[in-house]
Amino acid sequence: MSAPSDWLAASFAQQRPRAMAALTRYFGSVEVAEEAFAEACLKALTHWPARGKPHDPLAWLLTTARRSGLDVLRKQQRRSRILAENQTVMEETAAPLPDPDALRDDVLRLLFICCHPALERRDQIALALRVVAGLSVAEIARGFLVKAKTMEQRITRAKKRIADNPVPFETPSPQERGRRLAEVSVMVYLMFNDGWSASETETQMRPRLCEEAIRIARLLAELFPGMGEQMALLALLLFQHARRHARVDDKGQPIAFEDQARSLWSRAEMNEAQAFFDKARRIGHQGPYLIQAAIAAEHARAPSSDATDWPLIEAHYAALHALQPSPVVRLNLIAVQARTKGPAHALAEMQTLAPELDGYRWFHTMRAAFLEDTGHPETALAAYRRARALGPTAPERRLLDEKIAALKKNL
Amino acid sequence: MMYAITIYGEAGLFEQLPQSRQDEVMAGHRSLQERLGARGDYISVKLMPPSTAVTISPASAPDATPLIVDGPFAETKESFLGFYAAEFRDLDEALDYARMISSPIARLEVRPISWAGGVISTEG
Repeated sequence: MSAPSDWLAASFAQQRPRAMAALTRYFGSVEVAEEAFAEACLKALTHWPARGKPHDPLAWLLTTARRSGLDVLRKQQRRSRILAENQTVMEETAAPLPDPDALRDDVLRLLFICCHPALERRDQIALALRVVAGLSVAEIARGFLVKAKTMEQRITRAKKRIADNPVPFETPSPQERGRRLAEVSVMVYLMFNDGWSASETETQMRPRLCEEAIRIARLLAELFPGMGEQMALLALLLFQHARRHARVDDKGQPIAFEDQARSLWSRAEMNEAQAFFDKARRIGHQGPYLIQAAIAAEHARAPSSDATDWPLIEAHYAALHALQPSPVVRLNLIAVQARTKGPAHALAEMQTLAPELDGYRWFHTMRAAFLEDTGHPETALAAYRRARALGPTAPERRLLDEKIAALKKNL
Repeated sequence: MMYAITIYGEAGLFEQLPQSRQDEVMAGHRSLQERLGARGDYISVKLMPPSTAVTISPASAPDATPLIVDGPFAETKESFLGFYAAEFRDLDEALDYARMISSPIARLEVRPISWAGGVISTEG
């Protein structure tokens, strides 16, 4: 895209989720909506510079996209079929633009469509990146470190699946809306995590995935004001993302949390995270994202690892575990208990987790560190080796190799 | 007279721009800040996005408490993003300075200040 259109491209990207959501409702098809939106953007490229950017860009894009979409359908002679299937939908929304409440549910529906249970989690995320965020297939492929062709096939397959299994267009009941929000939130959370900790690859982090997850979380927090968990999710992701420059050294080696230079944490981003966290806390719904954001907020507040209120963090993890019991949450709780109650206590607690987490490399890395701390170098060595056999990222592998080498020397 | 240069635009649009364009926008702000700083006191404020806002509406009855509602006071296409305030010789000069931060993503309003007080900074 030529340089002067950068400004317009930013505007299109900004409008895309809402526009795609409204158009998907209008046409009853994600694919037609995509074509129509692309067509409208193309028209805007010549119209906006010539006549000035419209006062309401979304309205302009929607009106134009509807016309283009109908033309496309007419040409492809698909119109009669789609019209027949969606007649009520098209008539009902033909004239006025969707009101904010309808648009809000449309965006949620579009995201929820991407979370289709028939799709693997990875494909749900890829689809959301393509359809909602508007990333190119090549960009998504880079994000997931696969060939563009492979990603193309996966997205095409995913689109087919969702087309076969449409989500109803009625206004959802409050319960249904809550269910959709929860499902979409998990997808956003995992999209961020995918970017945050790539595994079995050279790359430790894929910031684009994190950024796009934050964008969607922002969109949800904007569309659903007053929903504490949406604000808490956004706060959580912003707190994490603010630490990105401190997570790896110049050579791409990961830096342990307690060794990170806190001066490299982005203050502006932490402040914004704090602003959303404060709002979420006012609402007071003690959900899993609020608890995790509270943990992140405590870390952000502490001047150093030693000066952190670890008993408070332990209490947060205990609350999280009570709400969402899982072996990994319990492992996190134990990691904090190693600080509040000592490594021997942590080791004893870990025993009951061994059957469930034997295939989880962090379990063994953690266990190895506690074994070292309590003076068991031989079992520590075995645990580090076990972690190394469980597919660590290349930088992690280098760290493990160093630990193993150091232990062998001292044995 | 003192003037405020207020900035309106679509929240989040700046972040959508490619880095080179973001740098262009920031260069305008930096040179405005340098020039204002060389002349004397000024204020420069960048607000967080509207979704960080909480609105306090007047109490519905004399003895009721004000109503606190999550979100910005109005959902608008363009929102208040930040502002500058400084002493200028006249409107023409204020407009000249404001032009330094004009970009396709910002609408600027130059308005005289009736009263100003206090000193704030997030730096240092």
